[in-house]
Amino acid sequence: MKATKLFAMALVAVIGLNSCSSDDDNTPEEINEEEVITTITVTLVPQTGETVTLESRDLDGDGPDEPVITVSGSLQAGMLYNGSVLLENETETPAEVINEEIQEEADEHQFFYQASSGLNADFAYTDSENTYLNNDVSNPVGLTFNLQAGTASSGIFTITLRHQPSKDAEGVSEGDITNAAGETDVQESFDIVIE
Amino acid sequence: MLMLFLGIQLQAQQCNYSISGVVRDFHDGDALVNSTLSVNGYEIYALSDFDGNYKLEGLCVGTYTITITHPECEVAEFTVEVTKNVTRDFKLEHHTEELNAVTVQGENANKGSVSSVSTTLHSETLEQYSNASLGDALREVPGVSSLNTGSTVVKPVINGLHSSRVLIINNGTRMEDQEWGVEHAPNLDINAAGNVTVVKGASALRYGGDAVGGVIVTNAPKAPIKDTLYGKTILSGASNGRSIGLTTSLLKAYKSGFYVQGQGTAKYAGDLRAPDYVLTNTGLRERDFSVGFGLNKFTYGFDAYYSFYNSEIGILRASHIGNLSDLIRAINNGEPNYVRDFTYDINAPKQDVSHHLAKLSFYKRFENAGKLNLDYSFQQNNRKEFDIRRGDDRDKPSLDLRLTTHTLASNFLYDAATDFKANFGAEVSYQENFPDPNTGIRRLIPDYEMYTAGVYATADVDLSPEWRLDGGIRYDFMQVDAQKYYLNSSWESRGYEEEYGDLVVSRSDSQLLVNPVFDYHNFSGTVGARYRIKPNWDLKLNLSSASRAPNPAELFSDGLHHSAAIIELGDLRLNQEQSYKASVEFTGQIEGLSFGINPYYNHINDFIIMEPSGLQYTNRGAFPVYQYGQVDARLFGVDLRAAYIFNENFDLQTVFAYVNGEDLDRNRPLIDMPAPNVNTKFGFQKPEWNNLKLGLRNQSVLMQTRFPDNDFKVTYINDAGEQTTERVEVSRTPEAYSLFHLTSSVDFDVFKQSTLTVGFYVDNILNTAYRDYLNRQRYFADDLGRNFRIQLKFNY
Repeated sequence: MKATKLFAMALVAVIGLNSCSSDDDNTPEEINEEEVITTITVTLVPQTGETVTLESRDLDGDGPDEPVITVSGSLQAGMLYNGSVLLENETETPAEVINEEIQEEADEHQFFYQASSGLNADFAYTDSENTYLNNDVSNPVGLTFNLQAGTASSGIFTITLRHQPSKDAEGVSEGDITNAAGETDVQESFDIVIE
Repeated sequence: MLMLFLGIQLQAQQCNYSISGVVRDFHDGDALVNSTLSVNGYEIYALSDFDGNYKLEGLCVGTYTITITHPECEVAEFTVEVTKNVTRDFKLEHHTEELNAVTVQGENANKGSVSSVSTTLHSETLEQYSNASLGDALREVPGVSSLNTGSTVVKPVINGLHSSRVLIINNGTRMEDQEWGVEHAPNLDINAAGNVTVVKGASALRYGGDAVGGVIVTNAPKAPIKDTLYGKTILSGASNGRSIGLTTSLLKAYKSGFYVQGQGTAKYAGDLRAPDYVLTNTGLRERDFSVGFGLNKFTYGFDAYYSFYNSEIGILRASHIGNLSDLIRAINNGEPNYVRDFTYDINAPKQDVSHHLAKLSFYKRFENAGKLNLDYSFQQNNRKEFDIRRGDDRDKPSLDLRLTTHTLASNFLYDAATDFKANFGAEVSYQENFPDPNTGIRRLIPDYEMYTAGVYATADVDLSPEWRLDGGIRYDFMQVDAQKYYLNSSWESRGYEEEYGDLVVSRSDSQLLVNPVFDYHNFSGTVGARYRIKPNWDLKLNLSSASRAPNPAELFSDGLHHSAAIIELGDLRLNQEQSYKASVEFTGQIEGLSFGINPYYNHINDFIIMEPSGLQYTNRGAFPVYQYGQVDARLFGVDLRAAYIFNENFDLQTVFAYVNGEDLDRNRPLIDMPAPNVNTKFGFQKPEWNNLKLGLRNQSVLMQTRFPDNDFKVTYINDAGEQTTERVEVSRTPEAYSLFHLTSSVDFDVFKQSTLTVGFYVDNILNTAYRDYLNRQRYFADDLGRNFRIQLKFNY
């Protein structure tokens, strides 16, 4: 019964090898999502007067809790604001600033700013890929922007971050999202009042 | 022999001894009539009588070799020492002829019960799909369709059921390849299979009791018991995807029963094309090989087998979306929003999957009893899924699961009685899932260990030449011991704290670790009958019940599913589902016309489904939430096939499948049921013209009109920056479609004993743009356009 012996030996060998390699009975480590953007802060600094901040905080990421949205105050009619965006992952301590990654991959990201029809506000990019990458590409990124507040009104201000958009598609470099494609990394809306 | 002969002669003094006894069948001990016994080197013969008795006379003192032949047995030789009158009974391998015939064809008993409805695809059919996948080939079987993610991830669907409800048995081992996922194709190479059998329903109890949908059994080609060396090589090329595929196999067998075989496959494809655009990032790489050796004696034998499968599959770029408004845009657009020129490159999103299977099996036959099989198998499945990521994580997989399974199985086949056969067996397995935490993404499937133990008994009885009955029962125990992190917020919102609070091991600011240990006891069974009305007219009736415990995805998943832009929530409260299926098959033949009618009814209690349960808002935007739940369900349907042979040159075959699934709790249709479909093939063959074969096939799929309305309304910001409320039409099913395909092949004799078969195929001749309901990417892009394929098959 040579075959039997051979079989038995092989079986023992295989089981032996596997029992050696089996993992230790450790508790799996906790994972904090590395890429999740828990906090979006838009800072609007006027030429004169009070700075307005818009914040959306969603500490459980894809979990069931909804983002908590705060708007610090209303905008002044006719005022020009210097805008900037801060993206953070607060599941890590200290909070990870995600802007750095966006800057490093400026050619693959673009923010879009939109005002709903009731809100009299215009936006203009004040940065480009060249700002972060020195690549002589003038396509906007949108980590900084200008907001020109118009007459008194109210409506929805939306900020969207697209990953791998078609930056060369029509209107995209002017901030029109229609042809941008790509996938959405951030989309949040804020109720704004211009007084 | 000459030496022996001389030796005998020298010792010859007194030559009046005899050898006498009975010749019997090894198998059942029956006497063998008319065996011829001859003494090598002498003119001494005898014939066994009606009771198997024989007598060889006129022998001297010495050692003789006796050759025994019998019409139904392989020639056997025995050595007998004679010092006086000897009484010796011989046992012949009565069924060897049958055994050999069966093994050469590659068919064996690895099927369901006699009464179960099963269909086998042989290598000739499988070879046509050499450069495709198992799921593609199985669509040839009436009632089998496929659930696709694009056209490279193809999962078989049997009578409307798939994934964990369909067991895949690869060379005798149940595949443990994360089959719970709808985007997880079976991890095996179609070229490694000598034949594939589909058993509809749960009657193949030997392989598991949880086959609510059915069982797919693939077998490696069996080695013949003779001295031979043969092999084949298939080289395939296709225009769509500009792909090339190579598969080769070689087998060396010896008359002693020993064999060695090896097989390898490589596939390389770039972006596929729909009629109107490139399907960006749909390339494929596949590398597989298998090796085996063994010994097939009649009374004992063993097989050692190892196979490796690796595939890297690009997932349509346009199907990877960020949130619900991306999905709405994709649905409204009607065209993929991301189209690039053709390339062979595969970028994220993609899957990279490896599967190792090592197996040792041993069998021994016992006189007047049967055959004992012992199998040990080891499997390791590593699935990596890559999403489009940012920063340092960009090249890291977002899912990295390593599933290791050890299985020890035994089966005893009792076949000593002519009209009764039975199988008894037991099986134990240990499985470990390790999700690599380096992904930096919370685990979709947690760390778990799973223990299973099962026992079964099946039997079939020939009551008369017309009636054959079969039945079986199986019990399985399963324990899953998981370590799972939940977000505190999900744990609370699911209401788990009250019910499962005692399972919490540790708590942190945002998450908690839970250690659920769940036991499941599953009972399954089958009973059936086959009535042979007359030759080629059969009626089969089969009742089966299967019990399936919830899989890890159904229990534990919680998180975002990128390609679907949905949040999937498992449920710890799920219990097992139990199906009760009745199926009837009526087959018959009237001259050139043959047909099969197979209606079935499947009632499933606690059927696990995923259904929408609201919206969830995040900083990325809104996502629909789908939650696993249980309902009572029923499926009924019918599979029809008919073939007509006009003459030796022309034939026509058609198969039709219909399935109707209903959620009985809410009286609405079940999701993802295949639409009614008809496949018709008109064939021409002319053996005299280099075995020319031509086929024109029509594949028509109707529109599925029965689907649950899972559409939902969502308020979101549209491209103009306005807040709008829109109905998201995720439920709508695609239009009906009809495709034509051409197949053709000719054979050439190239060398002595070598044939070259040249095949030319055109898929979707009319370049029809279509979408299929069971394609997960139907929201984003059309299915494949026209494809020219060439295949060179070299048999040697």
